[in-house]
Amino acid sequence: MSERKNITVHEPLFHLAKRAQIQPWKAWAIRLAAIVLGLVVCGIVAFILIERLHQNPDRIDDFYYSFIKGSFTSNRKIWKFLKNMAILQCISLAVTPAFRMRFWNIGAEGQTLMGVLGCIAVAFYLGGTVPDWLLLVLMFIAALVCGAVWGLIPALFKAKWNTNETLFTLMMNYVATFIVSYFLVIWVPSGSSTLGKLKYGKLPSFGHDYLVIILVVLLLTIFLYVYLKHSKQGYEISVVGESVRTAQYSGINVKNVIIRTMLVSGLLCGLAGYLIGAGLDQSVTTESVGGQGFTAIMVSWLANFNPLVMLITSALISMLNSGAAQISQDFNVSGALPDVIVGIILFFIIGSEFFINYQVIFRKADRTAAKEGVK
Amino acid sequence: MEKNMALSMRGITKRFGSVVANNHVDLDVYQGEILAILGENGCGKTTLMNMIAGIYFPDEGKIFKDGKEVVIRSPKDAFALKIGMIHQHFKLVDLFTAAENIVLGVDEDGRYSMKDVNNRVSAIAQKYGFHIDPQKKIYDMSVSEKQTVEIIKVLYRGADILILDEPTAVLTPQEIDKLFEVLQRMKADGKSIIIITHKLHEVLSVSDRVAILRKGEHIATVNTCDATESSLTEMMVGKKVSLDIDRSEPVNVQPRLEVKELNCIDAEGIQVLKDITFTAYSGEILGIAGIAGSGQKELLEAIAGLQPIASGQVIFNNPKKDKPVTFFHKSLRKVKELAAQDAFHDKNGAPMRFKGMTNAQIRAQVAAENVLFREDEVMNLRNKTPLEIRSLGVRLSFVPEDRLGMGLVGSMGITDNMMLRSYRKGHGGFVDRKKPRALAEEIIKELEVSTPGVNTPVRRLSGGNVQKVLVGREIAFAPKVLMAAYPVRGLDINSSYTIYHLLNKQKENGVAVIFVGEDLDVLLDLCDRILVINSGAVTGTLDARTATKEEIGLLMTQTTTQRKEG
Repeated sequence: MSERKNITVHEPLFHLAKRAQIQPWKAWAIRLAAIVLGLVVCGIVAFILIERLHQNPDRIDDFYYSFIKGSFTSNRKIWKFLKNMAILQCISLAVTPAFRMRFWNIGAEGQTLMGVLGCIAVAFYLGGTVPDWLLLVLMFIAALVCGAVWGLIPALFKAKWNTNETLFTLMMNYVATFIVSYFLVIWVPSGSSTLGKLKYGKLPSFGHDYLVIILVVLLLTIFLYVYLKHSKQGYEISVVGESVRTAQYSGINVKNVIIRTMLVSGLLCGLAGYLIGAGLDQSVTTESVGGQGFTAIMVSWLANFNPLVMLITSALISMLNSGAAQISQDFNVSGALPDVIVGIILFFIIGSEFFINYQVIFRKADRTAAKEGVK
Repeated sequence: MEKNMALSMRGITKRFGSVVANNHVDLDVYQGEILAILGENGCGKTTLMNMIAGIYFPDEGKIFKDGKEVVIRSPKDAFALKIGMIHQHFKLVDLFTAAENIVLGVDEDGRYSMKDVNNRVSAIAQKYGFHIDPQKKIYDMSVSEKQTVEIIKVLYRGADILILDEPTAVLTPQEIDKLFEVLQRMKADGKSIIIITHKLHEVLSVSDRVAILRKGEHIATVNTCDATESSLTEMMVGKKVSLDIDRSEPVNVQPRLEVKELNCIDAEGIQVLKDITFTAYSGEILGIAGIAGSGQKELLEAIAGLQPIASGQVIFNNPKKDKPVTFFHKSLRKVKELAAQDAFHDKNGAPMRFKGMTNAQIRAQVAAENVLFREDEVMNLRNKTPLEIRSLGVRLSFVPEDRLGMGLVGSMGITDNMMLRSYRKGHGGFVDRKKPRALAEEIIKELEVSTPGVNTPVRRLSGGNVQKVLVGREIAFAPKVLMAAYPVRGLDINSSYTIYHLLNKQKENGVAVIFVGEDLDVLLDLCDRILVINSGAVTGTLDARTATKEEIGLLMTQTTTQRKEG
């Protein structure tokens, strides 16, 4: 039988197989290759979309240079990049405990916004009437309480009635936005709904305006790493995340863990809100958080929920954002282009995970030849 | 025997990552024969068959059907070649009728007429001696009826090679006999039947030839008439294995766990346990037999505090034991009062009344754990959480059926899994990984767990090693009662015997062992008594030393009204 050679065989061109394990350097090589490939595609897209590039192809160098220029060319830009990264990192840390528990909290945006609102409300009403240090403390408490409440509401519903946390937290974002609009209408009678910078309640600065924020977030990163990795509560979070049945078997009160963990998430969001409100803006708008609550989900996910690795991913995403913004400024193109660029690169980064988990096996060359012989 | 080749495979290789599931396997199947594929779990039996059925595509090798080379890329290709597979996990739509499931996915010319289909299904059933109602919905069917639907589904598509993946795993002895009769009839009709199994006596009773696989390689194909249980095992495992379980006589038997009139109602309002009453004694293994889903899982979970109990009692008889008093629950004044009532004694059993001692001296004595009292003997575990049960000092170990979904955390290493039941120990908010790590290393050494390291996620370990980790942890807890649900399911012969040996050792140490099993031969060899349950009620208790498989099989399908005491 086996002597029959030239038979028509329709073997598929390639098939996929799950990898059992991959060496870390290989995984990183795949990720790096994906980013490079993403940048190349960005260049091609930009070449097609931007007229100036179209007419003068040599300027493609400028295109990539702008990317780096966005974050690193001046002292001011480096500080700004570090600040952006710190805030993003803080919110990413906030969503992480819940995510490790497989509680898909996509309400960090709203929780952080409520934190900003809480601390600004205190500054608005009490500014000037109490000593500065007391005002800052009260603002801090208000931010944490607001963030925690916003995180606790969906957690209580989940624990009590097993509601879907994803929808619930998403909707809570909109509620938060409208609450902010409501207060802006009350606080700014002129009708412009833009609250100017408040005079009171600014975080003291050492060295540089942003240094306090960066240090706080660094400490928080270490704290959360230890909390998740070495504390009993962190252990419980991992067990609940893996399997509720296992958690019950081991005697863990799953409801309590859900509530407690969302409390932690909410508190950290509140803290991020405080850093934004008291540390940077001294004001609140519906755009105070600016979508970072959603970006944080990706940062946390890409880092595999590891607070230390998150430092890398939040830096990467911040760099992408400021680089893309710089391009739109330098080339004088529409504000949608940065979104396109960020989208393309993220697509490649996330897509690369597929090739880390699976391998593609192509049909062997000799069989291909055999197939082409007969039809 | 006819010698017409129906299917042959040459040099079939399949890899999953670095794991070679099949390594250059050659296999021939003749027309009109029953070929058994025998091998331990994970030796690549199912993978090999999946490649014939179009589920997987081989990395290397060729398949020939009736002498012609073929390429099978999908189940559709397989059906076109008249190859059909009956999977271990049925692939049926619950809401459809038998006939609708059978016709699902069949691409026929002409008008779609359910009546025609029903008639054809009935005709096939009649031809081979099945009993089936084509209009019955799947959700109303028993496991064996569902299997019948799967088989007819394949026959309906005109298959002349049928592959059955562990068809007997879920059937009672009587149902197995019936299935084998049907298989013989199909064989007489000229069909080739491939049956995957790891039960030796079934291989010997039903097959014509046996192909043995070991670690992905084809070891040999022998005629069944020339084979014996021990020769097959030797080929399967690669070395001689003793198939005897040493069963010692129970010593110092005392009632340890008494379950009385236990009733449980699940979340859907269905009564899953009905008036269950039994006693587990120390120093014996109590087997629980029953068709899958008869309430075994619920019974163990109710005892472990994981399933709400509607009515009834779970009484735990703790042997008398000296326990040191602490100030954790009692104040100094209370301790002094109790001492005056002769509640305490020292390590030699002499009463302690703290006469002439200062408060500081009393405190020192208590702190040194010299002041002992006798613990309560009887405890009711009804509606206590697992945590409460443990804090009562009841050492109840539980090896659940779902190892990675309940007993262990798949993504964690062995060390972290060791802490699962004990991580609360110690003060402070941080976990202590030193002791769990030592325990993990001890279990790896003692039970010969093969793992790259203590921190390798247990999900990556083989079924046998996962089970060793779980059983090891539960035994390390020094239990008084050890409950194990299907502890050898999916394990190879060597690992299975390791587990039997461990359970026997626990029994000799005076533990009351409750063993839920599915292989009746093992239950009869290992246990002292066997409790048979059906639909959540006890249908009989048998002495394992005198009972027969048929007796158990009968009780497994009997209803409570025909209750019989053994």
